[in-house]
Amino acid sequence: MEQILTPEGTLIADSPLGVDDVRRLYRSMVAARLFDRKSVALQMQGRLATYAPFEGQEAAQVGSAAAMRSDDWMVATYRDAAAMWMQGYPWESLFLWRSGDERGGRPPDDVPVLPPSITVGAHMLHAVGLSWAAKLQGRDTASVTYFGDGATSEGDFHEAMNFASVYSTGTVFVCQNNGYAISMPTDRQTSSDTIAQKADAYGMPGVLVDGNDLLAMYDATSVALARARAGDGPTLIEALTYRIGPHTTNDDPGRYRQRREEDEWRLKDPIERVRRYLEAMGVWDPAWQAEIENVESEVIESAVGQAEAVESQDLEMMFGGMFETPTQNLIAQRELMRPHLEGE
Amino acid sequence: MVVMNLAEAIGSGLDDALSNDDRVVLLGEDVGRNGGVFRVSSGLQERHGENRVIDTPVAESGIVGTAVGLAIGGMRPIVEIQFMGFSYPAFDQIASHVARMRNRSRHRFTVPMVIRLPYGGGIGAAEHHSESNEAIYVNTPGLKVVVPSTPYDAKGLLTSAVADPDPVIFLEPIRLYRAVKEEVPGEPFDVPIGQARIIQAGEDVTIITYGAMTKECRAAAQQLDTEGVSAEVIDVRTLVPLDVETLVTSVTKTGRAVVVNEAARTGGYAAEIVAQLQHEVLFSLEAPVERVTGWDTVFPLKKTESYYLPSVARIVAAARTTLEA
Ligand SMILES: Cc1ncc(C[n+]2csc(CCOP(=O)(O)OP(=O)(O)O)c2C)c(N)n1
Repeated sequence: MEQILTPEGTLIADSPLGVDDVRRLYRSMVAARLFDRKSVALQMQGRLATYAPFEGQEAAQVGSAAAMRSDDWMVATYRDAAAMWMQGYPWESLFLWRSGDERGGRPPDDVPVLPPSITVGAHMLHAVGLSWAAKLQGRDTASVTYFGDGATSEGDFHEAMNFASVYSTGTVFVCQNNGYAISMPTDRQTSSDTIAQKADAYGMPGVLVDGNDLLAMYDATSVALARARAGDGPTLIEALTYRIGPHTTNDDPGRYRQRREEDEWRLKDPIERVRRYLEAMGVWDPAWQAEIENVESEVIESAVGQAEAVESQDLEMMFGGMFETPTQNLIAQRELMRPHLEGE
Repeated sequence: MVVMNLAEAIGSGLDDALSNDDRVVLLGEDVGRNGGVFRVSSGLQERHGENRVIDTPVAESGIVGTAVGLAIGGMRPIVEIQFMGFSYPAFDQIASHVARMRNRSRHRFTVPMVIRLPYGGGIGAAEHHSESNEAIYVNTPGLKVVVPSTPYDAKGLLTSAVADPDPVIFLEPIRLYRAVKEEVPGEPFDVPIGQARIIQAGEDVTIITYGAMTKECRAAAQQLDTEGVSAEVIDVRTLVPLDVETLVTSVTKTGRAVVVNEAARTGGYAAEIVAQLQHEVLFSLEAPVERVTGWDTVFPLKKTESYYLPSVARIVAAARTTLEA
C-alpha cells in the first residue's frame, strides 16, 4: 500500500507537495468536513433531503482532486461533494441539489463536473466517454471518476475498465474503498484480495493507496494523470479508507458493524495526520486553526443562504427540462397541470 | 437521385453525417470492418477511418454509456445496437442517463445521440432477434422515437435525428431493409421528426401504423378497395412526439380507425394512439377504434411467426368490423 504520511504525521517518503500546498489542501479538508457536518445538521432540521456523509474520506477526495487540471472532467457520486467542490462545483449548488432541486445539478459553465451520480456504477462509462472524446479531438484532457467498493460489483465498472483500456483513454478510476456498501462489507462484495488487482485483468496499472493519506492520494493521482495525458491509458487507484458516518442520514450502522471498528479508524483520521505534520513543520497553531474554521464556516453559511434563497421552480422549469424545445405534448401536459397548482 | 433500398438509404445518411460533421462517430458491434450485421454501414470504415466508424467490444451498456460521455464531450455519437432484443443491457444507460442528463443538469450537459435499433419480426430469426419493444422507449421521458418505413424517410429521418439536440431512438424495420427500392436524393435532406405521412388517401376508414406493418396495411387497403371500401393509410413515422393532428384530421373525416402494430398488445403503442383518438375525436367516431397487434406472448420462432404478426386478413377484418358497427 502506498503511503507517504503515516497516521502519526511522519513522512516516510518524499512529499510530492511543498509545505504551503499541504497547508492549502489541509484547509480544503477542514472546509470539506465543515460542509459535511453542516449538511448532516441541515438534514436533521429537514432543510436537506437524504444526505450521504463522507467524513473520513476527505484525503481520498481532496488529495486526488488536487492533482487535476482545471479542464479535466470529473464524474463522481452522491458521496463525493469534497472532490466535486475541489474541481469547482460550488457549495451552494451542492446544497441546492441536496435540497431536492434540479438546478443544483447545473454547475457553472466553466466547471467540467457532471452532476452527482445516484446510480451505482453507470457513471464510470461516462467518464471513459469524456476522455475518449478528448482523445478523438486531439486534446490531452483527462477524466477522473469516483466510485465505491460496492460499485466494482456492477457490470458497468467492468465495461468501463474494459473500454478504457481497449481504447487507451485518459481515464483515472478512483475507487474509495470505504469498507462498506450500505451494510455489506467489502469482503462480501468481492473475493479479490484487493480492488486494485482487478486492473490486471484489463491490462492497466492498479495501485493500492492509503486513502487517508493526502500526500499519497495526490501522488498516485498525479502519476495516473501524467500517464493519461501522455496517451498511455487508464489507471485504477484503490483508496483504502473508511466511512466514519452512516451510509446516509437514513442509515443505522449499528445494525452491521461494531463501534470499536469506527474508533480504530478515527485514529487514522486523514485530517489529524496532516495537522500533526504541519505542526511538526512549525506551520500550524490553534489560532490559525480557529481562523480557517471561522472563515470556511462563513463561506459555507453563505452558500446555504444562497441555496435557500433561490426562487421556487415554476412549471416551465419542470416541463422545459426534457428537451431543448419542449414538445407539443409536454406543453399540453403542463397546461393540464396548471389549474392544479397549490394556492392557485 | 439514386435508387436505394432502406438499408442503403440509412448507409447513405450515415455517410453524409460522417462526411459533413467531424463530431459524428458511428460505434457498435461489427459496424466497421464487417459493415454491421445488416451491412448498413458497409464501406464506411474504409472511407472514414477507424476513429470515426468504431468497432466496439460486445457490451451494449458500455457502448451507450461511453457514448453519453462522448456526446457530453462534444461528439455526435450514432450508436448501433445489433438487434433491439439486445438493447436491454443498455436500457439502464438509456433510461437512467441518456434520457435524463439534460434535465438532471438543467440543460448544461446534453446527449445528442442517435441509437439505431434494428427491430421487428418476419424474418424467421432466432429468439431475441424479432423484438418490437418500442413501448419501453416511448414510455421513457426524454427520448424521441422515430421509425422510417421507406428508403426516403429512412435517410431523411436519420439526417434529422443526427441534427437533433436531444437523443433519438431510431428504429429500423429489419424486414424492410431490402424489401423495396426507391429514388432517394444522394445529397443530405431531412424529413422532420414529429410528422406523420399519409401513405394513401381514403374516405371510409383510417388505418394507422408504422414500421414494417405499413406493408401489410397497404395490402389490406388494396383488398378493401376491391370490396368498395376506401381506406386512408397513415404512417406515423415518429412515435415521440406523435403527430396527433394528422391522425385527428383523418379520423374526423372517416369516422373509423384501425391501429396496427406488431408489438405485444397490452400497453403497446397502439393503445396510446387509441387513447389519443378517443379523447380528440370521440364524437366523430362511428365505431369503436380497432387494434390489430401482436399478442401478449413471447415472439414466436419461425414456424408460428404468422400466428403472431398482424396479417392482411386480420387488418381487413378489423376494418370491416368498424364498418359494420
Ligand atoms: C444501480 C444501483 N443499485 C443500487 C443502488 C442503491 N445503493 C445506493 S448506494 C449503494 C451502495 C454503494 O456502495 P459503494 O459503491 O461501496 O459506495 P458508498 O456508498 O460506500 O460510497 C446502493 C446499493 C443504487 N443507487 N444504484
